[in-house]
Amino acid sequence: MNNNPVQTIGKIIGVRKTGFYSVISIACAGIAETARPGQFVTVAVGGENSSMLLRRAFSIASVDDRSSYGGVIDIVVSAEGPGTRWLASRKRDDSLDLVGPLGKPYPIPKNPVATVLVGGGYGAANLPWLGKVLIQRGCRLDSIYGAATDLKVYGQLEARRIGGSLTITTEDGSLGTMGRVTDVLPDVMSKHNAAVVYACGPMPMLSAVAQIAQDNGAIAQVAVEEAMACGIGVCMTCVLPIIDENGITKMTRSCISGPVFDAAQVRFADINKLPSDVYGADAMGGH
Amino acid sequence: MVGTSLRGSGPANAPIDSLLVDSSTQLGSVRIPAPVFTASGCAASGQGLDNFFDIAAIGGIVTKSIMLRARSGRATPRMAETPSGMLNGIGLQGPGIDDFLENDLAWLQARKVRTVVSIAGNTVEEYGRVARRLRELDWLTAVEVNISCPNVESRGQVFACDAAASAAAITEVRRALTSNTPVIAKLTADVTDIVGIARSVIDAGADGVAMINTLLAMSIDLDQMRPVLSGGTGGLSGPAIRPVAVRAIWQVHAEFPNLPILGMGGVRSGADALEMILAGASAVSVGTTIFNDPSAPWRIQRELREELGKRGFGKLTDAIGHAHTVFEASK
Repeated sequence: MNNNPVQTIGKIIGVRKTGFYSVISIACAGIAETARPGQFVTVAVGGENSSMLLRRAFSIASVDDRSSYGGVIDIVVSAEGPGTRWLASRKRDDSLDLVGPLGKPYPIPKNPVATVLVGGGYGAANLPWLGKVLIQRGCRLDSIYGAATDLKVYGQLEARRIGGSLTITTEDGSLGTMGRVTDVLPDVMSKHNAAVVYACGPMPMLSAVAQIAQDNGAIAQVAVEEAMACGIGVCMTCVLPIIDENGITKMTRSCISGPVFDAAQVRFADINKLPSDVYGADAMGGH
Repeated sequence: MVGTSLRGSGPANAPIDSLLVDSSTQLGSVRIPAPVFTASGCAASGQGLDNFFDIAAIGGIVTKSIMLRARSGRATPRMAETPSGMLNGIGLQGPGIDDFLENDLAWLQARKVRTVVSIAGNTVEEYGRVARRLRELDWLTAVEVNISCPNVESRGQVFACDAAASAAAITEVRRALTSNTPVIAKLTADVTDIVGIARSVIDAGADGVAMINTLLAMSIDLDQMRPVLSGGTGGLSGPAIRPVAVRAIWQVHAEFPNLPILGMGGVRSGADALEMILAGASAVSVGTTIFNDPSAPWRIQRELREELGKRGFGKLTDAIGHAHTVFEASK
């Protein structure tokens, strides 16, 4: 299922500010050509001798594999810590060490069903590209993007460009409907009898989306943002309690088995816990 | 002194083209064609790295420590970034020895990867039971006995903090394996006297030592005002601990100059690897650096040849412990 990732030195061809975020466009061979919506890249931060060893993970916001630069990807950076601030301060022609495409993409429905995209903050970054693919598949598309405040809402322009309806929510009411994405989701879903909800954002939002989708008899595909050290399946830090096809819950790596999961498989209430019925939890005495 | 370079940085030989440097090494009686391994717990069982370089072309893969039964690992958060390092408290998540043999190890054998299997146990008996499952596998490069994982419920369970407990675990593993399989004891530097621990595992039949494991450490989240890791403490790794590793290798090599040492702890470049070899390591493992740069083992192997060549070493084995010679001569 996963296409093979590559490690490559990309060149920044543009950095633009959009509200609170920076969108970095990077020319990088071998990633844009095979990437699909929901997949991500990891970026080394701070230069060659950086004291920040852990690569930062970013979902791929869009790809352009026919630009004059060769393959180009966009990532959306929220400069909140030293690593992301370093990234957001990069300039055109700077190099970035990238690994990707990583993880499993959003599954696309075989039939042209009604779909809803739900994005929280920069979690919305990968949704417009997904929306484009869904529209090409003939799906009906309704988008709900929200954040705490107007500057943190991502994707208005992108969403308008691809079509379908767009609802914006902000918790402080500075833009769109005052409230949360999940306040408007039930109405948007029932209006067009949505079959699939795609969501990316903070874990509490994903958990609420999962519940609403379930209540409406729809499938929710959620892209999680779990802290990762490696992004390539070797470090075991990004695990979540995920129910497998046999009904057994396993601590499952979100980097290679996700980041997109069917929400019904995710035990949201048990994240950051170790329930006793998780596979192998009974052996956790001692080491 | 006569015979010692005035630079004090190597033999008084002219630089050698890195392509002509013989970087094969010995771990005891076993010849290893390449000197860089992955460190246990930083490569899983190698599959994830095979996209980035030919994992059969490095010294070998040291697999994540495997125990008898399947383990879920700890709750998250399991990781925290620290200056030039990271903390982890994974809790040895793994499938258990049977599943490991059937899947991971079968894959490594089919892929023709030199493999060191790292094993762990809660009890001396468990070390023996896991090791016995490896007894017939004469293709293994070695078995590493992880007696020093810091992520245990109590410090009393870290075998490598106690000479007698270390010896008991190694004796049990040595007995369980045939004499064809080298046994490497993985040590921690979180002890008063690492030389004493090394002596106890050598006496118990270890063919070599791997060091150092992560150091017991903690980070506190200032927003939540509680430890970041779910288990409270975790293991510190990365370049932040490299000087501790170099010191530990130095001390053990000084006492046991013929003991094969697999050096690890923050190796990020060929120069870092050379530092460990000059201190007394016969080979090096790359761990946390893999998370920063998944092709690092391959890169470091190339850089190490260049570093050796620059200093006129035609053979890696001539550089093992060389800093001791230079240091003694300068006294």
